[in-house]
Amino acid sequence: MSNNVHMRVFRGDQTGGGFKDYQVQADEGMVVLDVIHRIQAEQAPDLSCRWNCKAGKCGSCSAEVNGKPKLMCMTRMDTFTPGQTITVEPIKTFPLIKDLVTDVSWNFQVNKKIPPFKPRPKNPDGTWRMMQYEADRVQEFRKCIECFLCQDVCHVLRNHGKHEDFFGPRFMVRLASLEMHPLDAADRLKLIKEIGGIGFCNITKCCTEVCPEDIHITDNAIIPLKERVADRFYDPLTRLFRIFAGGGQK
Amino acid sequence: MANYKIHETDVLVIGAGGAGLRAAIESAALGMKTAMVMKSLLGKAHTVMAEGGAAAAMANADPRDSWKVHFRDTMKGGKMLNNYRMAELHAKEAPDRINELEEWGAVFDRTPDGLIMQRNFGGHTYPRLAHVGDRTGLEMIRVLQDKAVHMPMDIFMECTVTHLFKNGDAIVGALAYTRDTGEFHLFQAKSVVLATGGGGKAFTVTSNSWEYTGDGQSLAWQAGADLLDMEFVQFHPTGMVWPLSIRGALVTEGVRGEGGILTNNKGERFMFNYIPDAFKNDVAATDTEANQWVREVITGKQATVRRPPELLTRDVVARAIVNEVREGRGSSHGGVFLDIATQRTADEIKRKLPSMYHQFIKLANVDITKEPMEIGPTAHYMMGGVLVHPETQMSTVKGLFAAGEVGAGLHGANRLGGNSLSDLVVFGKRAGAGAADYVKQTKPSAKVSEHDVDAAIAENLSTFDHKSGENPYALHKELQEMMNTYVGIMRKEEDLKKALVELDAFEKRSANLSVVGTRVYNPGWHLAMDLRNMLITSRAITMAALERKESRGGHARSDYQGYDPNYAKVNLAIKNANRQMVVEQIPRSPLPDELKNLVEEA
Repeated sequence: MSNNVHMRVFRGDQTGGGFKDYQVQADEGMVVLDVIHRIQAEQAPDLSCRWNCKAGKCGSCSAEVNGKPKLMCMTRMDTFTPGQTITVEPIKTFPLIKDLVTDVSWNFQVNKKIPPFKPRPKNPDGTWRMMQYEADRVQEFRKCIECFLCQDVCHVLRNHGKHEDFFGPRFMVRLASLEMHPLDAADRLKLIKEIGGIGFCNITKCCTEVCPEDIHITDNAIIPLKERVADRFYDPLTRLFRIFAGGGQK
Repeated sequence: MANYKIHETDVLVIGAGGAGLRAAIESAALGMKTAMVMKSLLGKAHTVMAEGGAAAAMANADPRDSWKVHFRDTMKGGKMLNNYRMAELHAKEAPDRINELEEWGAVFDRTPDGLIMQRNFGGHTYPRLAHVGDRTGLEMIRVLQDKAVHMPMDIFMECTVTHLFKNGDAIVGALAYTRDTGEFHLFQAKSVVLATGGGGKAFTVTSNSWEYTGDGQSLAWQAGADLLDMEFVQFHPTGMVWPLSIRGALVTEGVRGEGGILTNNKGERFMFNYIPDAFKNDVAATDTEANQWVREVITGKQATVRRPPELLTRDVVARAIVNEVREGRGSSHGGVFLDIATQRTADEIKRKLPSMYHQFIKLANVDITKEPMEIGPTAHYMMGGVLVHPETQMSTVKGLFAAGEVGAGLHGANRLGGNSLSDLVVFGKRAGAGAADYVKQTKPSAKVSEHDVDAAIAENLSTFDHKSGENPYALHKELQEMMNTYVGIMRKEEDLKKALVELDAFEKRSANLSVVGTRVYNPGWHLAMDLRNMLITSRAITMAALERKESRGGHARSDYQGYDPNYAKVNLAIKNANRQMVVEQIPRSPLPDELKNLVEEA
């Protein structure tokens, strides 16, 4: 079973570009990435796109398919109405390199600003004990495949361009995975508030909606971090206590 | 003189999967100026796809385990062709490397008393794989990535190495290009660590991504280094077979480790019919015994009976599946059935195998908690690669090192599942240290001849000048089909000879590939360069396969079935004799007594 589909794929770079139409044969079970590969092989050998695992594990092939942020490798062609034109364009939040490829290097610079994991001392028996229920909590955050679709839809980044002031949902998840790590002893709350800009998030949950790993970004990562920041920096009792205890703000 | 940027470094690490990251971390920690280049973005390398776990005899899940048992399992799994020193070092050092990952922040699944949990896998006597559900590779690469970015090193993403350079008999640098601009970069490097993985993209049905084009094997051979064990290609028994577009995608061995069974179209659990004599004593004889084993291990008990036959080594299971299909007992799409639905509850399946559940429901409309999966063999891993020194990982060329899949020796004729992730960290660290030590001891220069660089750049750009040449995608497809047909899971002399003739023709045609567009992020141009490496690596596989006239591990010959004791005494090396590829038998040195006793104790 195969049928002819009409694809509109963005072609271009920083100097300009636009949608180009392709008629492609789509076979049973194909995903959008397969169709893009077929266009490369048969019609446009220089069509740029990123991909690696083709199984939703590496987060390379992010794009906007019919306007929705998706992993191309996990978007089946048979989810579209037969005869429907399918548009594929690069994610918008990051600068375009060429065709479907954007410059996501900003994300890697943000990651570098996050202080690394710092383990607490080992138990006397030379081990770190951690129960599965403790692991479960952070394992959710550690499922992140860095597709950056959450960064793409975050309006703080996408519409307001606050890349200088806000780390974006991906790195709130990363921070949560460290802050809630049962063995971690570092303190990143000041960073989360002042450099990470957690206050910019007004919990519209767009990031959660597009996460291909179903991480509850807003509910399980961002809101608990917001609560920790509020407890530390805005709770009057805590502040009073700190003044009397003689400790400055950490 | 062509236009390029120049970088100077002590250690250049090529590849940023588990082995490359671990090597770069070690090299930087030892004070070396370190640069790491990678074909993709950081964190996207093949390691991220590894599912089942990392094998390390930590004895958390079964106190009977030890490095000695791990060593024996590795040697037996490799059909005794492994480099025994590497197998010994690996078994001894893997637990430290896994604990180190925990120290750097990895969150592995836990035992009931809070230690790192370990799961069963094919060929491992005891539950030995430290894991995180079925996304262990993601956890490892993220931990190593976050460790590396906080160390002093230069990271070049989407930067592909196309040539290595020598001065006399030592390595002195490499040429690379970055995809976003198409610019060339010359790395003047005192040492180079190859961590480029395998070359499964030379086959049609493969679990490997576009990156796996045999770059390291090819670059090393071109630089004059010897390759080893190239005939041994692991066909993973369980790849997806349907829909066609996803054919080859990996289904983790963890499914069988968690109790999954293999059946044919008659509903028979066929693996009982394929137990090799050497493993008769280790494997359950009946359904009842196998099921009891699963019940015991999933409830956290020590197994008192023998393991299910589905957990035989990958080479055995893959060939059994091929035989079932050939004799008409396969599924409608040419595979067999892998069933976990009847063995475990839906909740357990979703918790222990979340990404498999996700992958099948999304890509194949199959709910693995209710129905069996349709699976068949897929080209997955190269046991062979660059011949390295077991302690330092240095190749036969001075200053050139290799670690991970691109290195050879640890796995012999067949790799055990779980031994690759531990391989990456054990020998990644050793390669980083080996390179650092080489730089400190020999104080090599890194003078690259300008003429060599110009010639390399001209070669890379030549495809833009061919206006009516061949399409690289079309040539790649033909190569894949040829390799799958003639050098696949079942081989014979006639086919292998045909393959060599075909490779000659491909090589001629590859000189006339034609590329359109600019140098900026051009996948057609990239593929044209990758094809050089795929052709060299394919030839090495084919020549070694022709030379080994027996069936052993990942190399099966229909015209020479079974082991030949004469071939147990040799490994095959692929050498570069004045740019001609030649194959040579290397006699194996006998195991020292203490290791020999370990293997025979079984």
